[in-house]
Amino acid sequence: MRIGTLKLSYAADEALFDTRVQWIWLGLLTLALALFPFVAGPYWIYMACLVAINVASATGLNILTGYTGLVSLGQAAFMGVGAYTVAVLETRVGTPFVINLLLAGGLTAAVGVVFGIPSLRVKGLYLAIATIAASMILHFLFAHWELTGGTRGLSMPPANLFGIALDQPQKLYWLIIPVTALMVLGAANLFRTRVGRAFIAIRDRDISAEVLGIPLLQTKLTSFALSSFYAGVAGGMWAYFFRVVTPESFPLINSIFYLAAIIVGGMGTILGGILGATFMTLVPEFLKLVVGWLTPWVPDALSLLAPIRTIVFGALIVGFLIFEPQGLAEIWQRIRRFFHLWPFRT
Amino acid sequence: MSDGLNRSSRETAAPILKVDALSLSFGGLRALSGVSFDVQDGSITALIGPNGAGKTSMFNAISGFYRPSQGHIVFDGQDISRERPPARAKRGLARTFQNIALFRGMTVLDNIKLGRHAHLKTNVFDALFYRGRAQREEMELRAEVEERIIDFLEIQHIRHAPVGALPYGLQKRVELARALAMRPRILMLDEPVAGMNREETEDMARFILDVKEEWGITILMVEHDMGMVMDISDHVVVLNFGQVIAQGRPSDVQNDPAVISAYLGSGDLAQRIRKTEAA
Repeated sequence: MRIGTLKLSYAADEALFDTRVQWIWLGLLTLALALFPFVAGPYWIYMACLVAINVASATGLNILTGYTGLVSLGQAAFMGVGAYTVAVLETRVGTPFVINLLLAGGLTAAVGVVFGIPSLRVKGLYLAIATIAASMILHFLFAHWELTGGTRGLSMPPANLFGIALDQPQKLYWLIIPVTALMVLGAANLFRTRVGRAFIAIRDRDISAEVLGIPLLQTKLTSFALSSFYAGVAGGMWAYFFRVVTPESFPLINSIFYLAAIIVGGMGTILGGILGATFMTLVPEFLKLVVGWLTPWVPDALSLLAPIRTIVFGALIVGFLIFEPQGLAEIWQRIRRFFHLWPFRT
Repeated sequence: MSDGLNRSSRETAAPILKVDALSLSFGGLRALSGVSFDVQDGSITALIGPNGAGKTSMFNAISGFYRPSQGHIVFDGQDISRERPPARAKRGLARTFQNIALFRGMTVLDNIKLGRHAHLKTNVFDALFYRGRAQREEMELRAEVEERIIDFLEIQHIRHAPVGALPYGLQKRVELARALAMRPRILMLDEPVAGMNREETEDMARFILDVKEEWGITILMVEHDMGMVMDISDHVVVLNFGQVIAQGRPSDVQNDPAVISAYLGSGDLAQRIRKTEAA
């Protein structure tokens, strides 16, 4: 149990990780992530990379939807912008991957700002529809623009680090995990400052935000830009991971996937984005496993996988909205509280 | 209008806020017509009137939510009638709301910190890395909020509490704290003691007087609690049906026949004050 935490300075009180126990856990997590590729098989490394990419994108969507309260169904299309940017730069220009990822983020942020302009006038459901329209426009562009290779899409060479081609998940792991970690840390920092507080203010009560001197349009667009930057970098990593980018790579259902991830994980918490994206990425894998076990008894179980997956996703969203609206992050907090108070209160 | 009625000697100093022949209509409905009054620097000015007299409309026009159809609002010598609310906030115009407009998902501390938003300079890039300016500004802000505001309003015990869970009286106090964090020159309070009991009302009145005297902030308030209005105001403006029917010192306004008949219909204002004070 924990008796209390004594802080002697404001800096200590505002730190991201404020107890030694948290630092120990963080150290253990870092160690585990560093050792993971040496002990895990290729399949699990592949999954880890995919989880990390989804965590980066979900964290971005959480900034916009969870913290600023602007519902977006354009996250997958924005990832597409990032992925295509990286693919085009890699095939036509050949700049190093760090620059490609940053440019992907930057360009996607600019696109996000343009499609974020309606957010001053429309909110909630209507904004969601406006962002669906945005992703339709982007998909049309991907499929018909010469630069993006039309419906065939683009194939690209692997990322290159000091002459080493990062062509396997085992190697890309060392790119994707640190970048995602940095992005998550950045998002956490954001909400310790005026920028992040302004986002939450707009979500909670936009009228009083204005009276406090927070310009609505500018702040909402900043949120769109940041969220799209995250989507762009995540899309860029996705492109390096799969190395084929087609218009079908980022369907609307993926945007719903990210929205589901932050609902399940917990909107408006950094931890929620991480837990939600991890959970939602691993659920289909778990289903695959279950379906695999069923094959001896149900011969065409594999063909049922896709519909089962959709049903389970839907059930998870509805279930979390009804029974656990604060998401996995809240469950985690409850577990923490339990151990803080244990054994005096159980 | 009744501009010349009962003006005190404070008239000589330039007013910090001047409302000049302001009219406001919603479609065919005239909420305010030709309202003029001054708020003197360093005073407590109260805006009173029966329900629907246009007090909150007046507040919304001053803070920039409504655009007046005629007339001007002059703050510190500058016409601000066309400015958006954030620009007015930057000039030093702060307000609270009748039905508390705090950010319910945040802690008391974060709510108060938001008051300083317009004065801070941290941009997105500083924020993402939380280095240099971001960190320095946050620490200075925290120290100021703690030592000047939280201490002053006696809300140390709830600083980390989520605002949504606090009782009404404390929420009102947090809203005042947030407005003070803006370092305003003029503080507009929309019914600061509505729904409070005697003790909470007296606490709030004490805070308002301290804000005026220790912080040198001018106060403009809308309030229905006549006892408090008459006790602490320097200047009272009475609105009825969107027009100023009287203004002046509290004692003058109380005995103004127009106020007595229009404001209370058949009642006697002085009698009502005695009644609230006796209660």
